[in-house]
Amino acid sequence: MDNNTVIEIKKLDHYFGKGELRKQILFKINLTLQAGEVVILKGPSGSGKTTLLTLMGGLRSPQKGSLKVFGKELVKAKKHQLVKIRRNIGYIFQSHNLLDCLTARQNVAMSLELHPQYSRSEIKQKTQEILEAVGLGERSNYYPQNLSGGQKQRVAIARALVSHPKMVLADEPTASLDSKSGHDVVNIMQKLAKEQGCTILIVTHDNRILDVADRIVELEDGYLKQAQVKVN
Amino acid sequence: MKTPLSWLQLTHEKTRLLVALAGITFADVLMFMQLGFRDALFDSSVRLHESLDGDIFMLNSKTDTLTGIRSFSQRRLYETLGVDKIERVTPIYIGVSTWKNPIARKTRNILNVGLNPDKNVIMLPNVQENISVTKQQDVVLYDRLARKEFGPIPELFESGKTVKTEVGNRQIKVGGLFSVGTSFGADGTIITSDINFLRLFPNRKKGLIDIGVIKLKSDADLEENIEFLRNKFDYKDITFYSKAEFIQHEKKFWRTRTAIGFIFTLGTIMGFVVGTVIVYQILYTDVADHLPEYATLKAMGYTDFYLLTVVFQEAIILGLIGFIPGVSFSMLLYYNAAKATGLPIMMVTSRAISVLILTILMCCISGIIAVGKLRAADPADIF
Repeated sequence: MDNNTVIEIKKLDHYFGKGELRKQILFKINLTLQAGEVVILKGPSGSGKTTLLTLMGGLRSPQKGSLKVFGKELVKAKKHQLVKIRRNIGYIFQSHNLLDCLTARQNVAMSLELHPQYSRSEIKQKTQEILEAVGLGERSNYYPQNLSGGQKQRVAIARALVSHPKMVLADEPTASLDSKSGHDVVNIMQKLAKEQGCTILIVTHDNRILDVADRIVELEDGYLKQAQVKVN
Repeated sequence: MKTPLSWLQLTHEKTRLLVALAGITFADVLMFMQLGFRDALFDSSVRLHESLDGDIFMLNSKTDTLTGIRSFSQRRLYETLGVDKIERVTPIYIGVSTWKNPIARKTRNILNVGLNPDKNVIMLPNVQENISVTKQQDVVLYDRLARKEFGPIPELFESGKTVKTEVGNRQIKVGGLFSVGTSFGADGTIITSDINFLRLFPNRKKGLIDIGVIKLKSDADLEENIEFLRNKFDYKDITFYSKAEFIQHEKKFWRTRTAIGFIFTLGTIMGFVVGTVIVYQILYTDVADHLPEYATLKAMGYTDFYLLTVVFQEAIILGLIGFIPGVSFSMLLYYNAAKATGLPIMMVTSRAISVLILTILMCCISGIIAVGKLRAADPADIF
């Protein structure tokens, strides 16, 4: 495995439930993500996209096969190891999930405060920079309730990217947005990620944003389609 | 410095914060009132004890309370005079008899204290200057703070009238006033000479006394001497108490042998439970409302421990802030209650500290219950 590989999945199976209700969700998944790639994972509802995403993000414990994130094996990893992995991943959710008691700047700062190497002034500077990068420099002291849906999602992106994660996982980031702000959001995400050399995995069924991807993979009934479409 | 999430979370919703603080204030006031009344009742029952000028007290071993006192021979008391370090001993008679309200002609129980007026040891206001009148036959000092049901004695006396009424089967005259106040056992108190006391209680024998007050010389060590007396006069029928023990002994009776302690403790527990439920509701709603956000924080790499600290910080902040109006409001109520009942209710530091600790404990318990919900915040579920 070379240094450019961010994620390496081999023969990953995943089950939900126990005993007779046990149901296999993912079947023999093989997938490799390289540094700096923008990959879209699409597929119908219930195909296991989100499950795969949460496994890659260390939010769920993988059961069988091999799943290496940044070279670390997550199968049978301890809980605190998963928590550590998560700190190097930026998450963007379908709903923004910003803390409504914090301003945009404070919300973004929450992500940096996980990393003890940043001083208070560095945190302030970096949060301001990233908010400017997502076009919200003027609104850094606004509370989420005073921002529009697209603006909130941009704050969420700023929060995910401010700590320069090696990988960003986005689950339906455009689902609650109209077509224009949806596209803006994805463009900002792509631009920032390219600047930082960070890998992006977007789960979506939104066909309007497929053009940002370097690669599209499709999941159906728990199987990854080997035909991986190369865009551009 | 990190973002003070707990503080911001709490202060973000002002209405909810106010409701929470009102709830804690209510719980605190409830606890303060219950504890205040309990202590006031206990304190009121020992006002006479506290006023006695002595270092060591001799009681019949079976005496639990002044209102149910048992006598012992004064020979036991005078025996101790042989000890070097003892300056003086004073016998006191105690008895309960009936007082007839001179206006309404109704009778009611009253506590009688009898002692030699030349050797007064009752350090209550106006006793020392008035007690010599009790040298006259059938003259008593009346407690101006006694219940109104005994009749408007202080008013009558102060207007210059001769106040005569019946105590037991004897006619007496009020020769002066003093102040001690009511307690559980006594709605009123009269003080008279030992000789008058025996006239009021013709069945009592002279020399069978109820309290022996022992005064040590000023250079004597209390612990040493009480130990010495206990060893030297090791009689089964009497027991020695230091003043503090004497007071505790009386309080212990009311605390353990009556339902009073239980009732007020129960009231305090209720206040505690009410407070716990209110704080729990607030914290639980807070956690439930922010579950996706907390789950996001977990997904970002925040530990469970961090989120638990946030909830506990919220709990402790609530407890500390809620305590301030709680204690202020209680002081106001104490002041009014003391005026209305004549009981010695006041804020004491030790009680304030106990209630503060109870408040924080209350908030922490609520926090522990509310946190159960937080553990359920599974980041995998919010995708």
